[in-house]
Amino acid sequence: MKEKILKNCRIIDPSQKINEIGSILIDDNGKIKDLGKNVKISKSSTRTEEIDCDKRIAIPGIIDMNVFVGEPGFEYKENFRTLTQAALAGGVTSVVTMPNTKPLIDNVSMVDFIIRRGRDKSNLNIFPAACLTREMAGKEMVEFGLLNSRGIIAFTDPYQAIQNTEIMSRIMDYASDMGVLIMQHVEDYELSKDGCINEGEIATRLGLQSIPSIAEKIIIERDLTLLEEFPCRYHINQISSQKSVEVIKKNKKNGKKFTTGVSINHLSLNDNDIGDFKTFLKFAPPLRSENDRKSLISAINSDLIDVIVSAHKPEDEESKRLPFTQAATGSIGVETLLPLVLELYHNKSVDLLKLIELITINPAKILKIDKGTLKVGSDADICIFDPDKPWKVDANKLKSKSKNAAIENKSLQGKVLMTFLKGQLVYS
Amino acid sequence: MAVIKKTLAIKNSPKHLLGIQNLSILEAQKILNEAKAFIKLNRSNTKKLDTLRGKTQINLFFEPSTRTQSSFDLAGKRLGADVMTMNMSNSALKKGETLIDTAMTLNAMHPDLIVVRHQDSGAPNLLSQKVNCAVINAGDGRREHPTQALLDALTIINRKGKIEGLKIAICGDIKHSRVARSNIYLMNMLGAEVNVIAPKTLMPDSIEQLGVKAFTSMKKGLESCDIVMMLRLQNERMKGSFLPSKREYYEYFGLTPEKLKFASNDALVMHPGPMNRGVEIDTKLADDINVSLVKEQVELGVAVRMACLKLYCK
Repeated sequence: MKEKILKNCRIIDPSQKINEIGSILIDDNGKIKDLGKNVKISKSSTRTEEIDCDKRIAIPGIIDMNVFVGEPGFEYKENFRTLTQAALAGGVTSVVTMPNTKPLIDNVSMVDFIIRRGRDKSNLNIFPAACLTREMAGKEMVEFGLLNSRGIIAFTDPYQAIQNTEIMSRIMDYASDMGVLIMQHVEDYELSKDGCINEGEIATRLGLQSIPSIAEKIIIERDLTLLEEFPCRYHINQISSQKSVEVIKKNKKNGKKFTTGVSINHLSLNDNDIGDFKTFLKFAPPLRSENDRKSLISAINSDLIDVIVSAHKPEDEESKRLPFTQAATGSIGVETLLPLVLELYHNKSVDLLKLIELITINPAKILKIDKGTLKVGSDADICIFDPDKPWKVDANKLKSKSKNAAIENKSLQGKVLMTFLKGQLVYS
Repeated sequence: MAVIKKTLAIKNSPKHLLGIQNLSILEAQKILNEAKAFIKLNRSNTKKLDTLRGKTQINLFFEPSTRTQSSFDLAGKRLGADVMTMNMSNSALKKGETLIDTAMTLNAMHPDLIVVRHQDSGAPNLLSQKVNCAVINAGDGRREHPTQALLDALTIINRKGKIEGLKIAICGDIKHSRVARSNIYLMNMLGAEVNVIAPKTLMPDSIEQLGVKAFTSMKKGLESCDIVMMLRLQNERMKGSFLPSKREYYEYFGLTPEKLKFASNDALVMHPGPMNRGVEIDTKLADDINVSLVKEQVELGVAVRMACLKLYCK
């Protein structure tokens, strides 16, 4: 590979607090060699490929901590190839894949399969998560140590919460010693039973069983209480409500160490958008009120939320063309994560540097991976985007195999122009 | 209380009767006026018309129903339509057919009207997107039961002459009731003041946003009401996490002659049926022809459904 220089770009790298116009020099091994205002090309410049970025923004490749890949078992919804195309088109270079496949990723042989498959079919940095409990039944913990040594980055039962407090305490106790990352979906099943929408006027009008936000709060409070006794690496996958923000604020004040994620859907949409039973807007946790949405944004501004994820959940038509109560939850989103994040910058909700931090260096820190940064010597995973370019979402033009985009027809501002993976231009 | 106009979450295409929520006041009045004409017809000796001759009406009931189903059945037949009733609670759905597939299948038979009842809120909306004929909602989940509200309105107009200015109390399991929701929208639209009365566990969240006053006491909620609408309490909710017992419910929320005295002197009692005598309503009160409108509701139900079938059939 030839040496490359990305010239004339506005470099934003929160990991080094860089926000300046300059160049990025990539060496012939795909590593970052130098960056900033005064980058010098050592050898004769003819051997260096020059790319003019025309003052567009360059950030570290995005890390998406919550992505469903569909392999094995759900290839009709998504596969490594389509996920890769979608991710790279969205500037996402690293993904944490969810283990709720068929069969589940809950044992060592499945880990080997997923890693091999990911390597063969995708050039993305794939970080597979495994189930937290065997068969995702919430009863017996999986082999944290063995799975971790085979390449599992985190443990989670996607869209399922451990209900039994004793089991959760054992998991946290054991995990604290093993040093593995636990990612919890926070939902009390008794309180959320049969529910599919936020509690409030919209639920009453649509006549749908609701999921109160205390269903989320109560599990967060329980887990954070357990965390006092068993200080493991604990991450809350997604929060959706103001009540949860308050609990997190209180616990962070007390010095508790844990991290919190939010999906871009909950930052961009509210329950009013569900309109006439639009099943593409059915989510777990459900979209909450505008008030909740605003409180999530202010939680980002006060450092209470650490990461933004796409919660990319491809679903086929058959799972969505159903009465609202029966329809599957979730939306595709890995490709539109950045443009939706930029919406929060354009409408002056959050500072751009802060937003980039939440999709690059923060997830890298939580996952303890050497990504999400443009530091000299790290892999040249880079996303170049135009923050202002307007475009309209057309699900048929998105790369994902499934077309369940919650933001179909939405006008967005900001588009990825180029994505580099280990120095290679992989999307433009 | 004035009608609260809100940006509505549901769009009701004019071709279908999916709910009261997006019915305009003119459309509602048109149905009620049309229905008035059918009351006389239904009381006469020759009840058959040929308004809908050659039209096909399919009653698609995913949830068991006696009165609504027979009422729609009769209404269609009296207008001369060919009526086919399909009880889906034990058929195709159990074989795994989706609602959309069922809709497409039926659509291929070229019906002119589909009357649908479904246990899921919003199912008629979904169905209506997939068929070429008019869809009439005969009750979906806990969302809407528009023809019930219309027949209630007609019954009140028949007795009180008008709805505007009346004070109406709706009592019982508001949370799970589509009848309550449709009536709240319609009575509000027609200018009545609506109170809802329920135990806290059966009161939906943000119900006051729908333009009603919420009470947990019959005494306060019934004060100076002209109409008292009682709702059926489903068996499975009589005990367990919603309520401690039938007995306690009757004590605090069952309508007795004593509690009716809190309402105005000439208050009338309604119930969408079927009634749980001794649970939500005192049995003598239910049969008292001076105060109970229950039988009249059933009678006018046929007229209202005839009007809906006629107006929505293209």
